[in-house]
Amino acid sequence: MEYFAQQVINGLQLGFVYALIALGYTMVYGIVRLINFAHGDVFMIGAFIGFYTIERYHLPLALVFLSAMAGCTVLAVLIELLAYRPLRHAPKIASLITAIGVSLFLEYFTSLRQVFGPNFYSFPRPFPVVIWEVGGILVTNIQAVILVVTVLCLLFLQFIVFRTKMGRGMRAVSYDYVTAGLMGVNVNRVISFTFGLGAALAGVGGVLYGIAYPQVNTFMGFMPGLKAFTAAVLGGIGNIPGAVLGALIMGQSETMVSAYLSSTYRDGIAFVILILVLLWKPTGILGAPRAEKV
Amino acid sequence: MAEFLRNLARILAAYALLAGSIVLLAATGVVNPYWVQILELACVVAISAQGLNVIYGYTGLFSLGHAAFLGIGAYTAAYLMKTVGGQSQVLFFTALLAGGGAAAVIACLIGLPALRLTSDYLGIATLGFGIIMKVVFDNADSFLPELGGARGMTGITKMTTVPWVVFFLLVSLLIVRNTIHSSYGRAIISIREDEIAAETMGIDTFRYKMVGFVMGCAFAGVAGGLYAHLYAFLHPSNFDFFKSIDILVIVVLGGLGNMSGVLVASFGWIFLLEGLRVVLPPGYVELRWVLIPVLLIVTMLLRPQGLFGTREFPFLRGRLYR
Repeated sequence: MEYFAQQVINGLQLGFVYALIALGYTMVYGIVRLINFAHGDVFMIGAFIGFYTIERYHLPLALVFLSAMAGCTVLAVLIELLAYRPLRHAPKIASLITAIGVSLFLEYFTSLRQVFGPNFYSFPRPFPVVIWEVGGILVTNIQAVILVVTVLCLLFLQFIVFRTKMGRGMRAVSYDYVTAGLMGVNVNRVISFTFGLGAALAGVGGVLYGIAYPQVNTFMGFMPGLKAFTAAVLGGIGNIPGAVLGALIMGQSETMVSAYLSSTYRDGIAFVILILVLLWKPTGILGAPRAEKV
Repeated sequence: MAEFLRNLARILAAYALLAGSIVLLAATGVVNPYWVQILELACVVAISAQGLNVIYGYTGLFSLGHAAFLGIGAYTAAYLMKTVGGQSQVLFFTALLAGGGAAAVIACLIGLPALRLTSDYLGIATLGFGIIMKVVFDNADSFLPELGGARGMTGITKMTTVPWVVFFLLVSLLIVRNTIHSSYGRAIISIREDEIAAETMGIDTFRYKMVGFVMGCAFAGVAGGLYAHLYAFLHPSNFDFFKSIDILVIVVLGGLGNMSGVLVASFGWIFLLEGLRVVLPPGYVELRWVLIPVLLIVTMLLRPQGLFGTREFPFLRGRLYR
């Protein structure tokens, strides 16, 4: 029983990091209907910014997070401007292939020796690790940091989406892109903002991932990115609480499979769950069915 | 009847000419064995790309798990050859068909539930299937030790030769051409164009989607068998998500629903990958994967409809357009 509870805690830790990445996927998909494959690599860049700011410049934790957020935001806005915006009216598959191209480019360009290099680097701990024992379960201060930072990010996101003018623009564009434009919403600006906002969350996720699983590599973004995207689909893509729910399910299932079956099956289980859920509810757990217009 | 025989003679002549000239060039040493092997790989990739072209290009089913079917075919064919043993060409042919058959059966089982999903959701489901299959291949040694699991499968005989790959490439092109220009093909294309309209016209959309999907996956299965016996070594990473993406990129670059474009793009892609290895100065080979995405992005920005658009080579056109 204690073992189980311990695994639940570990699963939550993973699930929260997935949630931060999944939010970027779900918001971008909700607005431009694009699977932004490069998002996982933006997360990787966030982790590397964290790595350099801690290792080289010994910045305080809050500044580490802020610089990762700022770096990722700038990167994502640039990607959107240079690679996706010119293809906004082209067939959807062209943007998807471009997204894959951007993803490969980021991975291989940063793995050049002159940039970050192809090696695995161990991520420095920005604070000493403290382990608390609560009723036989071990909880670390890393987990506490992940919980607090993620919840703060979620509240911040909730505030932006539901209490600001830009958030109203985001909801309008996601509901109907053409009409929103006709109503005076600056669609291009809203899309840029969404990419930036998602990337900022991914940047935070990257730093947290680096702290929790202390190793960074330029290809580290691929699998978490894919799983976070799957989590977003699982919860109902385009739906913010759905992304968090999907990510938590994903984190739990992966941890449980590693703990009770074998870690070699870990990457598969998430997708088994996804396929089962899609068969039962094709738009995801919290996704609203879209009416087909003829 | 006479026309059929004439066509058959033409196809056989084309086959003899193609395979013969390559074999001759290789035998006389004009083309070295390394490039012959790359040519064989390009043909194998072209077969599986034609398969995805049927699935995505003609039927409009977004599939991100094509490499999984390649893997199913590869492991099935290699397992058969390895357990029966020997180097009989008849057995090799049977094993390839079995690989294609296994891929088709599994495609059928997956398609039954998955083809009810639409567009991106189908893409994600097939992507998930691809990753699950990779995990299965990684752990395959726990139920069939011969498959080798994550350590890779060894002890496969090299059976794939130029005549075999050219034969299967021509057959696959013929099948695709003749299917696409038949009533089946028209039904399949109508689903891509507008599923609801197709259904209104009385087309059993689910059935035709299944036809397109299973056919495309069977091609991948045969290509997988050829691949297994080309390098005589199989590893689960040969069939991961990136390989699915490779084939998708080929199909999109060539032009969705364009046989000629996909054919040219398959060869272009493989020769580009290998050519860059030769062209780039030593120590800069890593730059390959920096240049290729840039090329990919630029191509998509300049020609989002694919390199060939809607033009086809004369021998791949339907009777009406000839």
